Formats: sequence, C-alpha cells, structure tokens
Amino acid sequence: MLLKRIIPCLDVNQGRVVKGVQYIDHIDAGDPVEVAAMYDAQEADEITFLDITASHEGRRIIFDVVSRTAERVFMPLTVGGGVRTLQDVRDLLNAGADKVSIMTAAVENPDLVCDAAAKIGSANLVLAIDARAVAGKDDAWEVCTHGGRRPTGIDAVGWAVRMAEAGAGEILLTSMDRDGTKSGYDLPFVRAVSDAVPIPVIASGGGGSAEDLAMALDDGPEGGHAQAALAASIFHFKETTVGEVKSELLARGIAVRPPPT
Amino acid sequence: MVAVVDYGSGNLRSVAKAVARSGMSPDVTSDANAIRNACGVVLPGVGAFASACENLQAKGLDDAVRAFIDTGKPYLGLCLGLQLLFDESDEHGRTRGLGLVPGRVERFPDLAPSGEKLRVPHIGWNEVEFSGDHPMLEKLPSRAHYYFVHSYRAVPTDSGSVIGRTEYGGAFASAVAKDNVFAVQFHPEKSQSEGKRLLDAFSAWVSA
Repeated sequence: MLLKRIIPCLDVNQGRVVKGVQYIDHIDAGDPVEVAAMYDAQEADEITFLDITASHEGRRIIFDVVSRTAERVFMPLTVGGGVRTLQDVRDLLNAGADKVSIMTAAVENPDLVCDAAAKIGSANLVLAIDARAVAGKDDAWEVCTHGGRRPTGIDAVGWAVRMAEAGAGEILLTSMDRDGTKSGYDLPFVRAVSDAVPIPVIASGGGGSAEDLAMALDDGPEGGHAQAALAASIFHFKETTVGEVKSELLARGIAVRPPPT
Repeated sequence: MVAVVDYGSGNLRSVAKAVARSGMSPDVTSDANAIRNACGVVLPGVGAFASACENLQAKGLDDAVRAFIDTGKPYLGLCLGLQLLFDESDEHGRTRGLGLVPGRVERFPDLAPSGEKLRVPHIGWNEVEFSGDHPMLEKLPSRAHYYFVHSYRAVPTDSGSVIGRTEYGGAFASAVAKDNVFAVQFHPEKSQSEGKRLLDAFSAWVSA
C-alpha cells in the first residue's frame, strides 16, 4: 500500500535557509545541507527546497546547494523556484534533484510542462500552484504568481486539471491565505484539487500541528484527500520532529511510514 | 570497481554516493570497456524509456551492458535500469529494450481493479514483498518500504523472474531477478536505511 508522505520544506535564499511568514519577515535558519541531513536522520519521506533568490546573479548558488545535498542525504529531493526553461529542469536534475517544480513559467508558457513531460517524463515533474480564495466565494480559488502578490485570474482547480493533462506528474498546492499562519491547511481547496486530478497532490500552506497534517491527508469527507503534506514552520527551530508527527498520524489512522526506532 | 553506467540519465551523483556508502568503489562511466571489465554494474536511470534507450544505443552501451551480463557478474538495475531489461515499452510509442527478461513495460492503468481512481505516477513509499531464491534476498528483510517514482511498470511474461511484488492497483513486479541480474523499480539510493541495506547486499554479492 502506498503510504502518505510528510515533506519538510526549506525556503532557500542565496544558498541559506529562510522561514517565511506569508513570505515576509524572513528568518535565517541555517545551511540547507545541514537542515536536509537533519530531516534525513529523522526519516522524513522527502524534502523540498524552494529557491526564492530574487537576483539573477544569485540563482546559480542553488545548483551547488542541490549537488552538495544530493551527496549527503539519501532521500528524495524536490527543487523549485525560478525554474524557467527545460534546460533549468535538466540542470537541476543533473545537479541531483529528483523532482523539479515549475510554477510561474508554466503560467506564462503552458507548453513548457508538455515539453518537459515529453523529454524527461512526467514522474519527475511537479507543477506548483500558489492560490488565494476568490473574495466572496467559498469554492473558488485563483492562481497567483510572484509569491502570491500577482493574481492571474486563472481558476486554480481548472488549472491543476489542465496541467495534469499536459503531463505534470504531481501538484504542489499552496494556499497563500494560509501560508505561514499555522492555522491549518485550506481543506476545501486541497480536497477540490485532489478530487479533480488523476495525479498525486501535496498540500501546502498552514500546517501548524500533527492534527493539521492528518486532516490534509485524511481521505474522509472532511479531509483534504492529499497524498502528501508539506510543512515548514512546525519542523524548523525543532518545535517538533518528523518522527513525533508521524507517531501522531499513525495514532490517528493515517498510513505513513513508521518513524525509525 | 563497480561501474555506474552514465548514459546521460541524470541522478548519478546520488547513486554513486550511495554505492560508495555501501563500501563499493563506484566508477561513473560511459566507457564500454570499463563496463565490461567491472566487478559489478549498476544501471540507474530516471526519465523516459525511449530517450534512455536512444542514449544507451548512441553510445554503444546497450552492447556493453549485454556483454557484461553475459560474463555472469552481478548487475543491479534501478528504476529505468529494471525497465530497460525487458523486450519493449509503450512509453511515447513503442521502443525496444535490451530483451534480457521477457515481458513488456506498460503504463499503470487509470483505475484500480476496485474501480477507484489510481493516481499515476506512483510516487512515494510503498512496501515490497520479496520471495524467491537469490543471493541478494539472503541479506534483505522479507518486506520493506522503498521510495518509488514512476508511471510505467514492467509486466513480465514469466512470473518466475519476479522476486519482489508491490501493491498499486493490484500487485506489480517491483523487483525482478534472473541469474546474475537483479533489478528494482524503486530507488534504493533514495530509500534511506532500507536502501542502504539493499546496496550493502549488492556490495556483498559483488565481493562474494
């Protein structure tokens, strides 16, 4: 039986880990390679790096971070942020990423996902969606780019379906309303996308406790129906460990890989 | 020296590091002679079957891998390195594989036999149940969780080559073995302690 996944996420700026509270007030939490090694020791199911480096010159640094991480940890690594071209995807895979996530470039050029899927296969290609609830509606979400600042007018559920058809292998779904708030995932949103697409969905944005992660992964009528839950805040600064969260998920009946004994 | 075959598939850094961690000396190479003369060969691979085949053939490495396997020395295939052993694949049209294990490589169906949606790709940690007779299995638990990321899986003609089974929309062949060939659909180099245990077993087999 395929297990549900717990994925710590590191925001990386100029080669250093930062923690975002709704992408404002960044706090430095150290070297991504060291933090990745810590999560590997805790047997997190995967790890994700989101490169938020804004400057063009700073963008090459992530390749070095990825290759050093791949040499050090023996767990799956997803890298996203600023991936613009098929060559960027290839370069990150060659540096040691197992999966690469694309966001803004797919909005600007939807053919990129199709091209990349044909050349490298869908399995290593993640489509990231940042979205916000549409004001005044409780069942509509709009795709945003540029760290959630720029609304696109695109319906997020329809976009997820379209990109899955184009060849995306997985959806990394972030609620920008919840991101950094630790107030729980946007369950109706996660559920709407999970139910609409034939590919795995990673819930992101708002995970503040083991209970929140359990709800995102729950397949019942109130749950998010996601295959994986991404979280940053609760794992950084050692508030809790992946193992503690997994023990609690197991107690709640969510099938995850048991923590190392 | 254990040759890690480099045919432009990416992902070699972590494979080489994992091989080294299990006490072997990896040689990441696309040299046919180095492959033929290695004590063991690891054929890794991510990505699409057709382009992997093209790249192997373009570098003459398909023949080198076949010649190596003919020597009877240990071969370990990872992910695409398992799929490439079969006769042919449906990925992006029909492509011929190495034809060393009879069977085909097909996409997972959209629906499980229960009628429920089967999400494809199959991504994450799933259990492999090993059974059969192989030197590698002496050093492995009968069941363990490993990391998978793939949309296609092998459908062997002869179930005798299947040495590991995993449930995803029904049981599929997650590990196959035939003589000196052992291949897995999952990624031991990404499977933390259980992955290390499998590579340790390969290391022991190579030095046996």
